[in-house]
Amino acid sequence: MTAWGGALARAERGAVDVAEGARLLREAPLFALGRAADAVRRRLHPDGVVTYIVDRNINYTNVCSCGCSFCAFYRGKDAPDAYVLSEEEISAKIVETIAAGGVRVLLQGGLHPDWGIGEAERLVRAVKRHPILLHGFSPPEIWHFAHQSGLTIGEVIARLRDAGLDSVPGGGAEILDDEVRRRISPRKIGWEQWAEVMREAHRQGLRTSATMMFGSVESPEAIVTHLLRVRALQAETGGFTAFIPWTFQAGNTELSRDPRFGDAAVPGFGHALGYLRVLAFSRLLLPDVPTVQVSWVTMGAKVAQIGLFFGADDFGSTMMEENVVASAGVAFRMSEEEIVATIRDAGFTPARRGGGHS
Amino acid sequence: MRAGSRHIRDKVEAGERLSDADALALYGTRDILAVGEMAQLANRRVNGDRVYFIVNRHINPTNICVNRCKFCAFSKGKGEPLAYTMTMEEILRRSEEARAQRATELHIVGGLHPDLPFDFYLMMLRSLRERFPSLHIQAFTAVEIDYFAKITGLPLREVIGQLKDAGLGSLPGGGAEIFAPEIRNRICPEKISGDRWIEVMEAVHAAGLRSNATMLYGHVETLESRVDHMRRLRELQDRTGGFQSFIPLAFHPKNTEIAKGYTTGLSDLLALAVARLYLDNFRHIKSFWIMVGPKLAQISLHFGVDDIDGTVVEEKITHAAGAQAGQEMPVAELVTMIRQAGRIPVERDTLYNVVREWPAEGPPA
Repeated sequence: MTAWGGALARAERGAVDVAEGARLLREAPLFALGRAADAVRRRLHPDGVVTYIVDRNINYTNVCSCGCSFCAFYRGKDAPDAYVLSEEEISAKIVETIAAGGVRVLLQGGLHPDWGIGEAERLVRAVKRHPILLHGFSPPEIWHFAHQSGLTIGEVIARLRDAGLDSVPGGGAEILDDEVRRRISPRKIGWEQWAEVMREAHRQGLRTSATMMFGSVESPEAIVTHLLRVRALQAETGGFTAFIPWTFQAGNTELSRDPRFGDAAVPGFGHALGYLRVLAFSRLLLPDVPTVQVSWVTMGAKVAQIGLFFGADDFGSTMMEENVVASAGVAFRMSEEEIVATIRDAGFTPARRGGGHS
Repeated sequence: MRAGSRHIRDKVEAGERLSDADALALYGTRDILAVGEMAQLANRRVNGDRVYFIVNRHINPTNICVNRCKFCAFSKGKGEPLAYTMTMEEILRRSEEARAQRATELHIVGGLHPDLPFDFYLMMLRSLRERFPSLHIQAFTAVEIDYFAKITGLPLREVIGQLKDAGLGSLPGGGAEIFAPEIRNRICPEKISGDRWIEVMEAVHAAGLRSNATMLYGHVETLESRVDHMRRLRELQDRTGGFQSFIPLAFHPKNTEIAKGYTTGLSDLLALAVARLYLDNFRHIKSFWIMVGPKLAQISLHFGVDDIDGTVVEEKITHAAGAQAGQEMPVAELVTMIRQAGRIPVERDTLYNVVREWPAEGPPA
């Protein structure tokens, strides 16, 4: 085994600190990283199956009091293009989704200043009137409902679950490092709050994913910190089904006008090769998370396909609509047929999945 | 991975020439990491960590073409609504813009116009050379050269000689498509044969002009026909040494008569990496970012590619067929993209002389 191979094997076992992890992420040869990640993927998914889901992304509101500088989607309550979807609009979207063979709705939105648990419950019930799985409310939204209504996180999750929530998306994780969060999302919950929501969701039997948005102002050390924190949480709860890293999309964001961002761009990982490195390193560092998903929404079909050779075993979803990344000017689209053909072309067996990652 | 008695990797490491069977085996594999690693090894042996680009401007003087290739969304008949022919003033204005933007090259290719006389092209070259002596003119595919011979009745050598005298600096590599007649007859029955393309390029090289070579993939061709195509290029290169770079061109289906999807990331990387491994006498393998997209072009820098073309500014041919990339890539973006890949950006001129070299930055591997 080469020196790199040995170091990468130690990383997989978790015997790696932040500094050593960052060195591997930065310096390990691309193909050594790819091979190590591919080996983990083969061990977990020896049948060569790559899954995807037919579902729809519904963003119930763009009104958000968080105002993160990396986000091009949020609006103030009084902005001319601020919106809150009505129950009728949401129902119509779900009927369309079911007609298209969709099995799940991914429901996320801004932190609306007037919303609390009551509004969230109503929304869940409106969705669950239809025979469809609901994957909804990232940790910042759950935290927001609790804060607004004076409830504990446990109470909010219990009420949402009782109303019909099936699983929780791993959004709002950005980089799980408070120094980075202070720079790009100072009004969003800190990393420990994010972890607390996930821990509670897992405790109450809800499965969740975990995400990571990289390529903004974070250091390689912060990326490794994020991965090690997800790893530790997974060791504790086992509740994460999938890890989804994706790249910051700068268009129309406040952060893109930040001069410090320009300096960070070259050594950062928010580009195609950086994406493959982070994807592979994520697979390597999270061997207890069953699935790693590519992000064709941010990287396009071509890079996403190459991601299947760098540790990923899931192609994400058909989305049907995507509003958040699209606000930043990125508009990749893929139909189910394209997803299937792309997976097959790479020599893998495509398989539709249900709500979980099974 | 093997084809025949020796492992392909051993051959690559020993710097031995690959066989046609080896190339086919490489195309057939899904072990893209192994192919990439071998292609990277072969590339670095020749080019080190350097990645080249050029500050250039594409000019397509006309889209009117007497041929109707089925893969082409650019060509129009005379009198059709979107048909155009630039005036000399329009060509000069674009060239003036190019000079103002520090370009070193004009890249000029167009349709086979039914009425424009050979003199028009000679005059264009002379005007450009006179007005913009610092700009290298890379122009006319082998198909256009053949067409000039046809409309003038002059021998190839004479046509090429006159163009060279008027200011032609080198030739691009277009019009090669796929040489194999059974494929060529299906996608571009009116276009010159593969034999003729090779004959024109041989004459071009004999006249002391360098050129590139291309291959259009992702339509109805077979993997065998791709290998045959590259074999013929490798043979000609052995004879003349006149090719500078090989550029696989990804078929774009929109507005064409061939019902196929876009090429995949895997097929793009394989086309580039296998070319690097098989075409051992081509120094440069170019990934044209307009064709494969800037993201895949960057990844290809680890799959045997050492050239990502240039700033381009205005591109009509691939965009007519649904290219999703933009038409222009500023130098700063090209440089950043290369540095992010841990490579050394080098601005080159047409003949691969170094115009400027940037320091490396980012991860080395």
